[in-house]
Amino acid sequence: MSSIDLKHIARLSRLHLTEQELKFFETQVAQILSFVDKLKEVNVEGVEPTSHPLSLSNVFRDDEGKPSIPIEEFLKNAPRARGRFFEVPKIIEDKSR
Amino acid sequence: MSLSKLTTYQLAELYQKNTLTQKDLLADLSSAIQSKDRDKRQIRAYVNFDSMQPRHRKADKGSKLWGVPVAVKDNICVEGEETTCGSKILKGFISPYNATVIEKLLNAGAIIYGRTNQDEFAFGSSCETSCYGPTRNPRDPQRVPGGSSGGSAACVADHTAIASLGSDTGGSIRQPASFCGVVGMKPTYGRVSRYGLIAFASSLDQIGPITKDVKDNALLLQAIAGYDPKDSTSANLPVPDYLNFLGKDIKGMKVGIPKEYIQSGLNADVKNSLDHAVKILESLGAKSQQISLPHTSHAVNVYYIVAPSEASSNLARFDGVRFGFRDKSAPSLLEMYENTRGQGFGAEVKRRIILGTYSLSSGYYDAYYLKAMKVRTKIKNDFDEAFKKVDVILTPTTPSAAFRLGEKTTNPLEMYLSDIFTISANLAGIPAISLPGGLAPDTQLPLGLQLLGRPFEEGQLYQIAYAFEQATDFHKKLGNVS
Amino acid sequence: MLTTIGLEVHVQLNSKTKIFCGCEIKFGSPPNSQTCPVCLGLPGVLPVLNRQVFDLGLRAVLALNGTVSKKIKFDRKNYYYPDLPKGYQISQFDCPLGQGGFIELDLGKKIRLNRAHLEEDAGKLLHDQSPDMSLVDLNRAGTPLLEIVSEPDLESSDEAYEYLSHLKAILKAVGVSECDMEKGHLRCDANVSVRKNAGDTLGKRVEIKNLNSFKAVKAAIEFEVKRQSEAMEKGEKLVQETRLWDDARQKTFTMRSKEEAHDYRYFPEPDLVPFFVTPEEIEKERRALAAIVFPKEKKERLMNEFKLSEYEARLISADEEISDLFEKLVKIYKPAKTIVMWITGEVFAYRASSDEFKLYGLSKLKPEFLVQLFKLVDEGALSFQVAKEKVFPEVMKGEDPTVVMKEKGLQQVSDDGALTQWIIEIIQDNPKVVGDFKSGKETAAMFLVGQVMKKSQGKANPGKVKDLLLVKLKEV
Repeated sequence: MSSIDLKHIARLSRLHLTEQELKFFETQVAQILSFVDKLKEVNVEGVEPTSHPLSLSNVFRDDEGKPSIPIEEFLKNAPRARGRFFEVPKIIEDKSR
Repeated sequence: MSLSKLTTYQLAELYQKNTLTQKDLLADLSSAIQSKDRDKRQIRAYVNFDSMQPRHRKADKGSKLWGVPVAVKDNICVEGEETTCGSKILKGFISPYNATVIEKLLNAGAIIYGRTNQDEFAFGSSCETSCYGPTRNPRDPQRVPGGSSGGSAACVADHTAIASLGSDTGGSIRQPASFCGVVGMKPTYGRVSRYGLIAFASSLDQIGPITKDVKDNALLLQAIAGYDPKDSTSANLPVPDYLNFLGKDIKGMKVGIPKEYIQSGLNADVKNSLDHAVKILESLGAKSQQISLPHTSHAVNVYYIVAPSEASSNLARFDGVRFGFRDKSAPSLLEMYENTRGQGFGAEVKRRIILGTYSLSSGYYDAYYLKAMKVRTKIKNDFDEAFKKVDVILTPTTPSAAFRLGEKTTNPLEMYLSDIFTISANLAGIPAISLPGGLAPDTQLPLGLQLLGRPFEEGQLYQIAYAFEQATDFHKKLGNVS
Repeated sequence: MLTTIGLEVHVQLNSKTKIFCGCEIKFGSPPNSQTCPVCLGLPGVLPVLNRQVFDLGLRAVLALNGTVSKKIKFDRKNYYYPDLPKGYQISQFDCPLGQGGFIELDLGKKIRLNRAHLEEDAGKLLHDQSPDMSLVDLNRAGTPLLEIVSEPDLESSDEAYEYLSHLKAILKAVGVSECDMEKGHLRCDANVSVRKNAGDTLGKRVEIKNLNSFKAVKAAIEFEVKRQSEAMEKGEKLVQETRLWDDARQKTFTMRSKEEAHDYRYFPEPDLVPFFVTPEEIEKERRALAAIVFPKEKKERLMNEFKLSEYEARLISADEEISDLFEKLVKIYKPAKTIVMWITGEVFAYRASSDEFKLYGLSKLKPEFLVQLFKLVDEGALSFQVAKEKVFPEVMKGEDPTVVMKEKGLQQVSDDGALTQWIIEIIQDNPKVVGDFKSGKETAAMFLVGQVMKKSQGKANPGKVKDLLLVKLKEV
């Protein structure tokens, strides 16, 4: 994985990596990836992927209201809050959402 | 004898006789923790014993766990308690709710106290990546206790806890149990609710008990197992009475030894303890045979794609917006995200997030994630086939005894390979228990034995583990015995 | 220029609680009051699918003639935004709830559907409360959505408008959603491209967002088609992009920030198990649907059985409350045309403007009383003007029109003597107008009739007034 890719992956994961970290991870991650690449050798023709080790299906809950936690309690955990809202650095108004 | 050296059922007897109060017990534990801490060993099994208020509820005094203190790994949510997963990014996060297992324990009368140390976000096999600093092996403080539930195993081994809860995604209960010489069970996937367990890899994680002996382990699993409507992956199956399995003989039980686990190059001490175990089990009437799990060599490859992929997504919510650490000086949203996560996460966490994001990213998904999921099916099928021939599978838990602190931190791949015997059970979703299988002759370090069973057959695992335990005395050689 | 349009509609499903947790959905609640650990995305929480949401989605798929997928599963769509608490949205990627289907437009053209899938909504952001901070409200996070994607079969803004109207009518008819765009029940993105000839490859597709009404969808498409056509004529290069609709300025514009191509890294949601629907369950749902009369069928019946015009039938059938009212009235009062006149005139106006309606809807109205009102007008006991202005509002509140008429003395006056008296007075008071009439201005008579109506407080029988007036005017 070239260092350009690593920067892209870091951006996708919202991780700021220092130059030192970029170098450090680059070799290690490349090493790990070449190791897991051995999976190429396995023949998986006709094999279904396993997303869940248990073969459960159709698990539902009823459409019944459950009491919420009082948000005031929880807002105490917020790094920044204003009134009943969580506060974040300004986002340029994005009407696409 | 110090109260902290007792098991839960021994405590229950004292409570019954009214010769013990909860207050005395907690005071004893507290002094045990503090006295050990004060000495130079610096085990650091706990994150914050002093600041956590013990919690308990009114419960029927006849309950088997009444008044039993249970230490809890720092990735299981306890209402009103700081829950950090050993990470800077969650420092100060006070959980507003209890994990289901905590609710169950409280309803059974147990006392929840003490947060145990762990590898950050449960990524690790040595308990060296916690933001609080490493935990050390009580057996030899120059060595790791294993990970990621290193703290949970160390406190039980060191008699600073009666019993504890850990979590296991690739061996995180069993490997530390093996390194510390205690009993650790990873239940069948879906046996114990994951609601309130801060997720690492959602299709692999399970919470399980770490205890001094098999009986305690069965008692604890009994209390925490069962269907939870808050967890869609929780099995709606009745929980058997595990204690009923203890003491049953194991005549005729078929024990499989996978040939791929005992190939040349296996550490001699480990091989000897395995051979010894086979002899003991045969002397008790079990029948051993060699089996094959052909895709064993791919398990680590599959795991190190699947687990980081799921983890990279599970850890996206740690973004500084609603809780935990935030870089408040960041002027823009993007910088806030990147700096918060860049500063809040340690190196191993970042490494796995990168791996996981890469495996899922456009252009690589088919070759990595999808391929890994298909090989996972093959690994699962290996076990299905094997269990047609045998009832349980016996393996060493780890390829060696506990290694030294710092020994594997420079080479992540080497660290990953130490999980080679434990990973498959998580991929296949089957139950697995590690119990003391002897001591390495030179170092006197504990060696663990692992038993794997069919889905939801924890009872049978306890049966055979108990029989082995009672025929040996390894479980009595805990801690420093001082 | 040939236009190609595809529409992506997000519909809020009509369940009581959110899709993956037990928080109740309440429009207009205080910020962050309808939240819990699950929809806040706290560490350690897990989703569990709301059965009602699944059933509503299933019903919608079948009502839109779609096929229910054999295996239904959820996937994670990963990206970072402050209104997305978990850092991923639980949605569906390759095994959606439904596939295919169609919506038939009025003239018979079938617009094919590509798929319909379930997903959770994100929260809301406020940007105007502070100069350098934005605020996050997660009440809406976890609200159940059904995303319905059409094939690019639409070829004009009119068709798009019609598609949306039909979609709304069908989903309302089967009880899946209220589809009120103002309450955010329905959101629409449009994909538009143009090309010169039928044989050409499709033009560069432009996605338009921030469309908040059916009207806006129509206007935005028209603007975009014009913009793209003009650019093409000039030989300008068009680029595949996302544009926003500015309703105030009635134009689309490029999004300011260059949107990086999203890599959503979809993978199967490990916290949710797959879902399977048996053929028996599908059959059961189909039979339940068959019992519901769809708007199109209603319209045809109204035209055939009651001889309504296509326009009238469409108006009545499009709205369930209105069509219910019509059915009730026509059972006890045969002249369907009169009913239609009152409904499309007075009842619609009442719904649009009355405060009472906002509070009680049509719940207080007794159909027998409305029919009674019609009869009072038919018999001449009430003039139409008085009926509509003074008695109708009371009837809508549940009052008996006969009682109201008597209590307020609103009976129509048809007695020749009384009417003549008023006419004489009006003639005397308006000599100039009378003069105008005499010199040939016939409309002057209507003015005088109006004055008589005014003098009688609307109670005079207008037909009779006109006749008597003309007679009297001859005498002058």
